[in-house]
Amino acid sequence: MAVTKNLPSPGQERPIGFGRLKRKEDARFIRGKGTYLDDIRLPGMVHGAILRSPYAHARIVSIDTSRALAHPNVAAVVTAKDLETLGLAWMPTISYDTQAVLAGDKVRFQGQEVAFVIATDEYSARDALPLIDVEYDPLPAVVNARKALDPDAPLIRDDKEGQQDNLASPLWEAGDAEATDRVFAEADTVVVRDIIYPRCHPAPLETCGMIADFNPDTGQLDIYNGNQAPNAHRTVYAHVAGLAEHMIRIRCNDIGGGFGNKVPIYPGYVCAIAGSIVAGVPVKWIEDRSENLLSTGFARDYVMHAELCAKDGTITGLRCDVIADHGAFDSTAQPTKFPAGFFHICCGSYDLEASHVQVKAVYSNKAPGGVAYRCSFRITEAVYLMERMVGALALEMGVDPIELRMKSFIRPEQFPYETTTGWTYDSGDYEKTMRVAMDIADYEGLRREQAEKRARGELMGIGVSFFTEGVGAGPRKHMDILGLSMNDGADLRVHPSGKAVVSISAQTQGQGHETTFAQIVAEELGIPPEDVQVRNGDTDRTPFGLGTYGSRSTPVSGAAVSVVSRKVRDRARLIASTMLETRPEDLAWEKGRWYVKGDPSKGAPIGQIAAYAYSGSPMPEGMEGGLDAQVIYDPPNLTYPYGAYIAVVDVDPETAAVKVRRFIAVDDCGVRINPMIVDGQIHGGLAEGIGIALMEVISFDQEGNCLNSSFMDYLIPTALECPDFELGETVTPCPHHPLGAKGVGESPNVGSPPAIVNAVIDALHDSHGVTHIDMPCTPARVWAAMQGRPEPPQ
Amino acid sequence: MQLNLTINGEQVERAVEPRQLLVHYIRDTPGLTGTHWGCDTSNCGACVVLMDGKPVKSCTILAAMAEGHEIRTVESLEREGQLDPVQIGFHELHALHCGFCTPGMMMTARALLDENPNPSEEEIRVAISGGICRCTGYKNIVAAIRWAAEHEATTRQEV
Repeated sequence: MAVTKNLPSPGQERPIGFGRLKRKEDARFIRGKGTYLDDIRLPGMVHGAILRSPYAHARIVSIDTSRALAHPNVAAVVTAKDLETLGLAWMPTISYDTQAVLAGDKVRFQGQEVAFVIATDEYSARDALPLIDVEYDPLPAVVNARKALDPDAPLIRDDKEGQQDNLASPLWEAGDAEATDRVFAEADTVVVRDIIYPRCHPAPLETCGMIADFNPDTGQLDIYNGNQAPNAHRTVYAHVAGLAEHMIRIRCNDIGGGFGNKVPIYPGYVCAIAGSIVAGVPVKWIEDRSENLLSTGFARDYVMHAELCAKDGTITGLRCDVIADHGAFDSTAQPTKFPAGFFHICCGSYDLEASHVQVKAVYSNKAPGGVAYRCSFRITEAVYLMERMVGALALEMGVDPIELRMKSFIRPEQFPYETTTGWTYDSGDYEKTMRVAMDIADYEGLRREQAEKRARGELMGIGVSFFTEGVGAGPRKHMDILGLSMNDGADLRVHPSGKAVVSISAQTQGQGHETTFAQIVAEELGIPPEDVQVRNGDTDRTPFGLGTYGSRSTPVSGAAVSVVSRKVRDRARLIASTMLETRPEDLAWEKGRWYVKGDPSKGAPIGQIAAYAYSGSPMPEGMEGGLDAQVIYDPPNLTYPYGAYIAVVDVDPETAAVKVRRFIAVDDCGVRINPMIVDGQIHGGLAEGIGIALMEVISFDQEGNCLNSSFMDYLIPTALECPDFELGETVTPCPHHPLGAKGVGESPNVGSPPAIVNAVIDALHDSHGVTHIDMPCTPARVWAAMQGRPEPPQ
Repeated sequence: MQLNLTINGEQVERAVEPRQLLVHYIRDTPGLTGTHWGCDTSNCGACVVLMDGKPVKSCTILAAMAEGHEIRTVESLEREGQLDPVQIGFHELHALHCGFCTPGMMMTARALLDENPNPSEEEIRVAISGGICRCTGYKNIVAAIRWAAEHEATTRQEV
């Protein structure tokens, strides 16, 4: 088999437009030639390392850096005092709170940043950390969110003027409390559960880091970083560091996964920038794995109380009360006007009569974060809550969980559908998708198998979930982050030879944007995707936009690329009319070519039109030369992907180990641009969902010591824990997206944990009377539940 | 200390601290940043290289311990413009997203196929279970290694 040097074998299918196109970016990755942050080495570069707090809560009595400074390879040691002179001791979070860059007064979580060492090499920088002498006066720690507001709870944020307790954000409500009371009063069945979505961590395989390169002569700050929103980061740095925004350039080359973890700005980044300003040379700082798990953006940590009711066999009302644990600083990642993110989409896929949601947030002595780990702003928590509650309700009513869902679904003719908490779902045919999942699973066959196994004392469980997500934030009239509208730009240039470059503000972390976005241009302009270069990850060469998270790449940035391509196509039509000496309205479009209606032989392909546009030939009246366009896309609404998931688990009666034997995922994410990449996204999210359901948890002891700060303790699924996923699809195009696409990256992470936990309960209900268990369903916790002692994670 | 290693068939000589990890030694060698570091605890497998043909986690081996041994990294898979079937399989079957675990996964796969040219799905899963991939859910990695096994004869260049 002949393989060319530059392009791996493309296989049989090479669609011009949508289809299973093999990825363009693979060529460098399969050769080990990606450029991740740590692969970048600048001349004169020095290395930073961070001293972190061993205590969860303690006053800092003194910091003595003299022994560290005496180390021959150490150039500087930066503490809060030094940062104060630069005005950088505190930084704003993306939720309008403040966070200490380096702790000065006290430390508020274990692993908090205390000092930053700069040395000639990484080994020396780390050698110097234990040479810094910090005297602490330990304080009692708040680790339980439910006790954070107790009158005797130690005050964590005494730095905030007027802060008297540990309330991080006031009570926030959605829905109609009175109407919900009425629906509950009329209900014939009510289930009540306390459900915890435990703290977990996105843990991308590449940790977070930065190279900051400040040029004191020009005032230019060059940043190399792996973040999910480079343009937004640039604006924030301009505010934080008081630097001119046009003198900051951020380059994100290849990023080794993000999953929400690389959305925030971390103290280490500010330290690297401050270090480069002070030292006048490039400073590289890269955290190790423990630092990543200890200090950077965690996810979830929602303590939920929920009530769900039914009347005459259908679900009618939902009531829930949530405490969000934000850790020591509120740096939750979500649109600013949504303090609980999109959690109020917890009314789910059902035609409820009423619902009421309330959320309040507390500070605790844990790391800050609240990032959306492969999730659109708390939708994962919302879906988990509702789908666990539907499972509980079906159990209580003694009906099949799919039957209860089918009876309660929003029906196709009800779309667009306004939920009881104010979302307008655009489209859907839920029953159809559920039936596809049942067919793939052979649901009835599974239930028969389960009955046979139960008779033999084997513990087999079948769990179901059905989710509706709202992704692609968002319309500028409703959504912004720190005052920046959640829109995305696209800039398309077709060169004289007909090859094109499209620059986007979305930021790939492995999602395959270089391929998918080239396919969008290819579909719209009819040029081969290999003739389209997709540019992202460089603020000097891309338009403004808010980046990639919350499954917003295809819904927002993909729409931008579609619209900008159509703009170019429209320009091409005008140019073609001059070329072909006819009126624009007499031209018709076929993929890649404008031709004269009635005389298809007379036409001009895009390549010829581009050549003409840059030539010396006359342009249409009033038109400039060239073939390019730019747009900023403002989505009219979120998109609402949905899916039906079925998990089959076996529980070992003797060890209580849970094995996910089968997992069926049927997603409706609208039109699929590259089905191969869509499937890959679903596989990956399902693995993470298995991790969250069974293994992944960040927990603390009573002193606030983090118990899961390495991959020895923070368990991530390997190939042995993941089954051979079975996928299916239905396609309900999004009515307001130019391509009919909805976004998919996060659906599998959102939908899979409740299916797995429902399956575990299904396995243990008949034999052991288990009606509830919290994640992660580790053997110890499952064993406890089997003994009638369900334990919440802590 | 002065260290003389054979990496991808070439002699690399450099003074290092005795405590330097092999992964850092490799990555400090110009052109060889394809071997990645992902954890501190030998859990993730992003740093897997072959030492005398066996997969090892290069974050768990001191560079000094590798003296006198043959090290192979991801950069050695392609030979004279000819991709290894494992590389082609990973591309064909979409077995990589962010690409960070990919070098370790591919080197693990190469070692598996050298020892067992026709592994079952279960054998593949066991072989790669020392590595973590956050993106793919492993399904396509397993398929890619199977693909490589099936296409080994037609695509493999004689070493």
